[in-house]
Amino acid sequence: MKAYLALSDGTVVEGRRLGAEGTTDGELVFNTGMTGYQEVLTDPSYAGQIVLFTYPLIGNYGVNDDDFESDRVQPRGVVVREACEAPSNWRSTRSLDEFLRERGVVAVQGVDTRALTKRIRDAGVMTGAVSTLGPDEALAAARAARPYDDTDFVASVTTRAPYAWGRAGREAIDQPAASAKVKMVAIDCGLKFNILRRFASLGVRTIVLPATATADEVMAWEPDGVLLSPGPGDPARLEGVVRTARDLIGRRPLFGICLGNQILCQAVGGRTFKLKFGHRGANHPVKDLLDGSVTITSQNHGYAVDPDSLVGTGAEVTQLNVNDGTVEGIRLEREDATSIQYHPEAAPGPWDSRKYFRAFVDKMERAAR
Amino acid sequence: MKKILVIGSGPIVIGQAAEFDYAGTQACKSLREEGYEVVLVNSNPATIMTDEETADRVYIEPLTVEFCERVIARERPDGLLPTLGGQTGLNLASQLAEQGILERYGVRLLGTQLDAIRKAEDRELFRALMREIKQPVPESWIVESDSELEALLDVVPYPCIVRPAYTLGGTGGGVVYSREELWETGRKGLKLSMRSQIMLERSLLGWKEVEYEVMRDGKGNCITVCNMENLDPMGVHTGDSIVVAPSQTLSDVEYHMLRNASLRIIEALKIEGGCNVQLAVNPDSFDYYVIEVNPRVSRSSALASKATGYPIARVAAKIAVGKTLEQIENAVTKTTKACFEPALDYVVVKIPRWPFDKFPGGDRRLSTQMKATGEVMAIDRTFEAALLKAVRGLEVKAKGLDSWHPQGEDSTNGDASDALRAALAQPTDERLWALAEALRRGWSVEEVNRVSRVDPWFLRKIQGIVRAGSPGHPRQDGDATEGSVYKMVDTCAGEFESFTPYFYATAESEDDAATVLERRPAAAVVAME
Repeated sequence: MKAYLALSDGTVVEGRRLGAEGTTDGELVFNTGMTGYQEVLTDPSYAGQIVLFTYPLIGNYGVNDDDFESDRVQPRGVVVREACEAPSNWRSTRSLDEFLRERGVVAVQGVDTRALTKRIRDAGVMTGAVSTLGPDEALAAARAARPYDDTDFVASVTTRAPYAWGRAGREAIDQPAASAKVKMVAIDCGLKFNILRRFASLGVRTIVLPATATADEVMAWEPDGVLLSPGPGDPARLEGVVRTARDLIGRRPLFGICLGNQILCQAVGGRTFKLKFGHRGANHPVKDLLDGSVTITSQNHGYAVDPDSLVGTGAEVTQLNVNDGTVEGIRLEREDATSIQYHPEAAPGPWDSRKYFRAFVDKMERAAR
Repeated sequence: MKKILVIGSGPIVIGQAAEFDYAGTQACKSLREEGYEVVLVNSNPATIMTDEETADRVYIEPLTVEFCERVIARERPDGLLPTLGGQTGLNLASQLAEQGILERYGVRLLGTQLDAIRKAEDRELFRALMREIKQPVPESWIVESDSELEALLDVVPYPCIVRPAYTLGGTGGGVVYSREELWETGRKGLKLSMRSQIMLERSLLGWKEVEYEVMRDGKGNCITVCNMENLDPMGVHTGDSIVVAPSQTLSDVEYHMLRNASLRIIEALKIEGGCNVQLAVNPDSFDYYVIEVNPRVSRSSALASKATGYPIARVAAKIAVGKTLEQIENAVTKTTKACFEPALDYVVVKIPRWPFDKFPGGDRRLSTQMKATGEVMAIDRTFEAALLKAVRGLEVKAKGLDSWHPQGEDSTNGDASDALRAALAQPTDERLWALAEALRRGWSVEEVNRVSRVDPWFLRKIQGIVRAGSPGHPRQDGDATEGSVYKMVDTCAGEFESFTPYFYATAESEDDAATVLERRPAAAVVAME
């Protein structure tokens, strides 16, 4: 069966169906990772987007029961050059096509993904649509799609009710945290499971709260530290979370990841701007200005912090992207708050930044004493 | 420091693919770019690196301590770069150092230091280091005499791998299946090893073989240039294996678990430059073993350079003179730095080229001693197309995965012929065709996997190729009828605009070469097929 990808600039390309039948729309973005499609497809930060994978062979090792980063498929559509029909890996339980069909996700394969990537690189991200109904339906959907920046995606991906995560995974929220050395609150704007897994492996019990939680509600859990999570959408829309972060600064150690970095920066008065086509992949070099080292990082963000807006706020820029010089990390030294724009939890991507989990746990342990 | 001596690789022998000439030439140019005067010693005039424009001064002399000392005495270089001439250059540099010649003339050894090289190449030191950093290595025994060998004949598990230390391309090694074979191969290996040392190792036949090309600078920044997966599972020398880049059957967790191990290893060895890490991966679990580390540019790094566009030898040479990865420009994009990891948006297939057509009586069985004398590399957007392109590039009789008959096969014997089964189980230069033939005759992927241990992913692709065009099976990408276009190898999967015109042909819609030619009509276009 044929499927069509249309862009808001009028481009329509024909491919073959992958996943469910129907029509879907979203912001078309590309990811340059060569592995990790399952993690990407379940990462809440891709909500509202259609993800195009630049690596041409996707689905080679199938989909397994372990590598989920949330309970559902988050992007609204998928674009690949070739989806593997008969995957091979000892953990694989189903093919990409079976997985997408099971979850009702509309996708397309057999298109020139490199040509589309170059289009996005040159023109910037744009709205697009995938449809199995026909080229006209795809184009109409792409043109009618609601602009990405006008939607509050955090509200759709955050947890509805608080839950707890410990060494064995999800825990009852009222269970006494006997084994946990440290108690952390995570404000969920689109958490990935691997953040919770990494903290749990270091003895942390995490209480995950909805993004609407106020500072008082956070403090009521008597946390040793607070995590500002990654998440989708325009960070400038998140006034409520920014206010919560502002109210928490100086009261508990804070650590922000990705969107959490943008929230912390806004909390001290900084501003964000939209990147032309974002950073999505597993190969982004980041320079640490404090020790001069460069680390390869996993990234997924479409907005960045304007470094000029941080001047005079007390926030110090500690890390920069080697490719384009954008802000990759800041710290508020006196207030015990730090944040990074990339993903130390990897999943997908390199494990080179795991030290940030240890560092924050050490801080929380000191705060707990 | 002004003047640098580079040791070339000498004669190109069986077990090499001219990679050291490729690397050495890049390195000489890279050092001159940095303003150094480059003096080259090489015994082989039939190389690119001895061309006049590569180095400032070229000595075509035997690669011996005696001649090298005379060159040093005459040229008085400030530094010596030994890690780009393969094992020959490394062995010579370590002799020069051990005999006090470098010290006498005040020559600084650049790049990875000799003790790091020793730690990587001396099996015992390497294993001790791996234990220290908690990286798993297969059970093994070091043997330094015939009597030690004799004592182990009834101890080691069979099949067992014999690896002589300090030899080129694994000369003298092999898999042995009995105590008689071990006695014979082991004694031969002891004679061939420069240090009269061999290692016996638990066989990991059938495990996946995966390699990582890693780089580290003097400040400790580490990156991986790419990883590669061998189509032939463990048991065949990687130089004799069909290799794909990037890996195809590893999940993200597996890919990064092994990448992480490779980085821990290059850190522990304190490599300054490039390094190749070979790993064996259990196809049914997260278990893996570190097999071997090459603390220098190698055949694999030359392949990785061509596969990704990332010039490993060029960058390694700059690291050797003190630059950090972040200070070195990515010569392909010219807009990013060498401190990043290439993202591929294509598949690379390498097939070794063996000389058996010139040595009809030669033993065609492949094992841990490399027999290939060259290789072809093909790039395309699908595995099928890249594999078929590589087969055509081999310039052998077969133009594709044509029908093939094992020697001694009785044509009336039917599909389950023992000869074909043997051809699947025993790797030879013709195994690819044997795999295709079995699948053509209707053997199941599971059965071919059971006999050959080749991953089902590759087998299903080969099955697709042999079925293509037959009734009920759609044509495959390898046969695409769409017009051919040229796509660029740009190290970044299209994310950044790039300026090096390095292209491959493929059946797609958009042509990258056209836009480059429009912009720079005089640009030289290097295209593969």
